[in-house]
Amino acid sequence: MLTTQRSVSGSSQSPRSPSSQPYLSVSVTDPVKLGNGVQAYISYRVITKTNFTEYQGPEKIVIRRYSDFVWLRDRLFEKYKGVFIPPLPEKSAVEKFRFSAEFIEMRRQALDVFVNRIASHHELQQSEDLRTFLQADEETMERLRFHETGIFKKKPADLMQIFKDVQSKVSDVVLGKEKPVEESNPEYEKLKHYIFELENHLAEAQKHAYRLVKRHRELGQSLSDFGKAAKLLGACEGNALGKAFTELGAKSEALSIRLQKEAHQLLMNFEEPLKDYVRAVQSIKATIAERANAFRQQCELAETIKLKEINLEKLMLTRSDRVGEAEHEYKELKAEGEEASRRFETMVRLMNEEIVRFQEQKTIDMGIAFHEFAKGQARLANSIADAWRSLLPKLETCSSA
Amino acid sequence: MMKQENHGDEGANLHASQDDMESLVLDEPPPSSNGQSSPSASTSVERHSSTATTSSTSQNFNSILEPPSYADAIFTSFDSSSSNGQENPKQPSYQSDPPTRSEFLKIWVSDPEKELELTNSLVPGGTSYYTYLITTRTNMPEYGGPGSEFTVRRRFKDVVTLSDRLSESYRGFVIPIRPDKSVVESQVMQIEQFVEQRRAALSKYLNKLAVHPTLKKSEELRLFLVVRGKLPLAKSVDMASRMLDGAVRLPRQLTGEAAAVTDVNEAAQPAKGGRDLLRIFRELRQSVVNDWGGVKPIVVEEDKEFMERKEKVAEFEQQLSNLSQQAESLVKAQQDIGETMGELGLAFVKLTKLETEGAMFESQTIRATDMKNVATAAVKASRLYRELNAQTVKHLDKLHEYLGVILAVNSAFSDRSSALLTVQTLSSELVSLQSRIEKLEATASKIFGGDRSRMRKIEELKETLKVSEDAKSCAVREYERIKENNRSELERVDRERHEDFMGMLKGFVLNQAGYAEKMANAWEKLAEETSAYKRDGN
Repeated sequence: MLTTQRSVSGSSQSPRSPSSQPYLSVSVTDPVKLGNGVQAYISYRVITKTNFTEYQGPEKIVIRRYSDFVWLRDRLFEKYKGVFIPPLPEKSAVEKFRFSAEFIEMRRQALDVFVNRIASHHELQQSEDLRTFLQADEETMERLRFHETGIFKKKPADLMQIFKDVQSKVSDVVLGKEKPVEESNPEYEKLKHYIFELENHLAEAQKHAYRLVKRHRELGQSLSDFGKAAKLLGACEGNALGKAFTELGAKSEALSIRLQKEAHQLLMNFEEPLKDYVRAVQSIKATIAERANAFRQQCELAETIKLKEINLEKLMLTRSDRVGEAEHEYKELKAEGEEASRRFETMVRLMNEEIVRFQEQKTIDMGIAFHEFAKGQARLANSIADAWRSLLPKLETCSSA
Repeated sequence: MMKQENHGDEGANLHASQDDMESLVLDEPPPSSNGQSSPSASTSVERHSSTATTSSTSQNFNSILEPPSYADAIFTSFDSSSSNGQENPKQPSYQSDPPTRSEFLKIWVSDPEKELELTNSLVPGGTSYYTYLITTRTNMPEYGGPGSEFTVRRRFKDVVTLSDRLSESYRGFVIPIRPDKSVVESQVMQIEQFVEQRRAALSKYLNKLAVHPTLKKSEELRLFLVVRGKLPLAKSVDMASRMLDGAVRLPRQLTGEAAAVTDVNEAAQPAKGGRDLLRIFRELRQSVVNDWGGVKPIVVEEDKEFMERKEKVAEFEQQLSNLSQQAESLVKAQQDIGETMGELGLAFVKLTKLETEGAMFESQTIRATDMKNVATAAVKASRLYRELNAQTVKHLDKLHEYLGVILAVNSAFSDRSSALLTVQTLSSELVSLQSRIEKLEATASKIFGGDRSRMRKIEELKETLKVSEDAKSCAVREYERIKENNRSELERVDRERHEDFMGMLKGFVLNQAGYAEKMANAWEKLAEETSAYKRDGN
């Protein structure tokens, strides 16, 4: 069942009646700047409303910061291999921009979407880490967050490196092989190729969308300057012609404001969804890397098991007293191998489910974004047309004067 | 299709463009789409540059959508947007301006050719220059009445000569400024581009002369347009005067240069007086040079109204210049947004292709359709922006043009100032001559019988005085004449400016409104196509 996962203030599953339908809805609100100078950061209020039995109560409010969200994402990535973990908004590199109202709002919205996507994913919503994130007090959260950084932290970027390393010779030399260890699944190859192409194209579209926002602002600015200059000329002229210039100038300035407004709408309702799409695809790439990792491990284990088997047979033939030990090791490895296979198969299965859901969800997400884009542009164009048309009768009276 | 010259009829302009818009076929059914109709339609819509560049990229995306070509969205300078661009004089002539009393004089500049300079200097090898074919069609009686047609070849130097001679003959008039000798600093261009730019500028300039009510009837212009071979206009001889701008300048009649016009009275003057006159003025000029020290002689302007006028013009110039600059920025911004919109469209075309080829899920196919619709709308909007801009440039170019007119007005003002300076200088010269005579006469009377040489001196001075008095009254007449020219010309310029600017404003506004409406249509279509995704509560 397809649900709109993009929601501004929480509920993606509206309960029919509070007790019957299980629901978990979260909202990320009230960004507040805390701390001083370099240490300054934004904290958010995270409000959870749920009737899940595992949760402490129907409502809970906690304070979280960006790195807490990162912690959650990393934990989920570790635990739920095969699932496309919802993407997080990027850390902002530019210092000055970090605390601008626009950036904060964009981030808040993205974080809200992030948590709600997790909350409405049938696997992820069961996560204990999610429960911790939504309920733990701030000190506990801080402790967990610090523990996470340093030892355990594996960013998707690192995983991408591993994915690349799959192609490298290192592991091959260890195994004594020449060919890289990769799945030979044509459909999966197709998918991988598709995902990589998709990221490129989407990134390009997003880049142009962002530029389009800038262009709207620039056009607005130049219309404003043009209007001011026209008004000055009008004042200088003085007569009917002067009046015409003044009217033109006033209209230009008014339209400038409309353009700035539309630029903001465009950013929030078109550019951001595209950016979100790009992030989602990058998240999938991370999962692909994980899968390659798992596959490689599986293969390596299989190799090791084979070697152990051969070794065991040898020992059995020579009636060595190490047979027992070897057999024990062999059995252990075999169990490990089966476990790895199972994990891998689960991954594959999950990925297949995820990809279906992903495609469906993205069609909806993009459809909404396109619709908003179209509406916004139509609105803008119409108000521009109206504004200029309204000027024409005034110009007529000026010219006949 | 789109008419090239219809300043006055902006309504027709808009409707023409509407027809062109309708003929642009952008949205075709996916499998059997035919992108071929678009290039031809858009070619006819593009006025200056061709859209031949669509052909290469269209092969890639033929199955989806006709992509825009960005090559011709390059910002062209205001000059080359002139309506006198590529006209063939063989075709029936258009009127580029509202017909004035059914009298017309239309000029085409074409066929630039390189010619070698015949040099008799010591430097081996020759320099070259370009000549242009000047074709004139007119029905004016001065040119021989209806059906008159002339062709001559002229080089840029000839135009400079024409311009200089007009400035001398028509002092006080607001004379169109001729094109620059030098290339605009910011533009590094090939010689071809330069020649084309110059050709266009010359065409504009000559046609401006041709619509000036007084200048169109000038002999100088007629000679320029009609007489084949060497231009029968002497270059201005009075170099010294020209260098000392605002210093003493005389009408040709007084210095006796011109062969054509000679004042009978002056011809009757004794040669001696004539030489003395010349000497007087050279001396005056010399004194000005000597007193220079970087400061020009001050004209004592007593006409308050004139001073106010001048101030007002200066202020107007400042505001106009400012507006012209902002207009350029506006045009740039419009161009940019159009370009980015087009690039966005292209990106979505690529996405559409990706989602279509080897789609694994139906949701992808649906999304591909949505993306194609977005691409179509974006590309259409991009084209509309481009056309909007081409029109905007045409309209706002008037601002730029009038900056040139102000230069001409200031030139007319300075003609007046220098004429006044002449009068004032002559007046003071008269005063000093008078006192010298009186002094000499006083000392001469003391010596009984008189000093021969002194008497002669007094006689000479008295003659010079008479000549100077005549010169002064001539100068006063000239000054009054120029004042009157100023007045009537300013009236004309005011009237024309009012008309031109009103036309410009109306055209600009209509243009903006028209294209905004078209864009709204394109976006509303997309909104309709994506209406299934309306959020709850919308």
